Amino acid sequence: MINRLTDTLNFQAQALVLRSERQRLIASNIANADTPGYVARDMDFASALREATGAAATAGQMHATAAGHLQPIAGARAEANLRYATPSQTNLDRNTVDMDRERASFADNSVKYEATLRFINSGVRTMLDAIKGTGQ
Amino acid sequence: MSLFQIFNVAGSAISAQSQRLNVVASNLANVDTVAGPDGGAYKARQVVFQTELMGAQGADLGLAGAAGVRVSTISEDQSAGRRVHDPQHPAADAEGYVTYSNVNAVEEMVNMISASRSYQNNVEVMNTAKTLLQKTLQMGQA
Repeated sequence: MINRLTDTLNFQAQALVLRSERQRLIASNIANADTPGYVARDMDFASALREATGAAATAGQMHATAAGHLQPIAGARAEANLRYATPSQTNLDRNTVDMDRERASFADNSVKYEATLRFINSGVRTMLDAIKGTGQ
Repeated sequence: MSLFQIFNVAGSAISAQSQRLNVVASNLANVDTVAGPDGGAYKARQVVFQTELMGAQGADLGLAGAAGVRVSTISEDQSAGRRVHDPQHPAADAEGYVTYSNVNAVEEMVNMISASRSYQNNVEVMNTAKTLLQKTLQMGQA
């Protein structure tokens, strides 16, 4: 029973972790806007979330048969599977950070992070209301 | 928690950009310098940025590393300085020419504006991360 209550929270918690990871990636891109040869990277958020919630198989996940086996982070959020940005304008120093695009993604991601937080908060409030009952 | 690493990433960028501003300031200050401590004219300096991986360790194994910035080297522009014919000048050579620094003031001003913009961008990134973290801390309270 309590499972059913926490399922939505679990989903939002996974989304929150992925959102903060993506935020960090975009922050790295913005920080390296002037670094020669830096290639902007981004995460395929939709497939990362599908993998995190178990809706899709995690690509490249290792098969662990014992509790002590290392399980490196795999799938769309792993370093190796991040997407590379296609530069809209080529740069003489081979830097592919498009500042306008990065700032837009940054703002978009922070709004969605806040939205996820709000979903979690309202989920918690709903649960508390259900526990307390309405006859107060 | 990935949001905490944003402070390291943006912080490294801020420090690199302020070093760049510093170099621009000394270039601009020395735009008319005739002789430096080594006797030669001042040479324009440029910072060279390099990506610095801020490693993900332990539980974050395989997690995309946060990429900060650091100043790898400060290179000196070796091109010839501006030569002005002024035989009365105490630093004039045998032919009466004075060698000034090779700083290009316009280029430095552009560099300064670019550094200042990048600095502001990173400050904004930090502020956003701070707001998000504060809201995360208040999770479940509101």
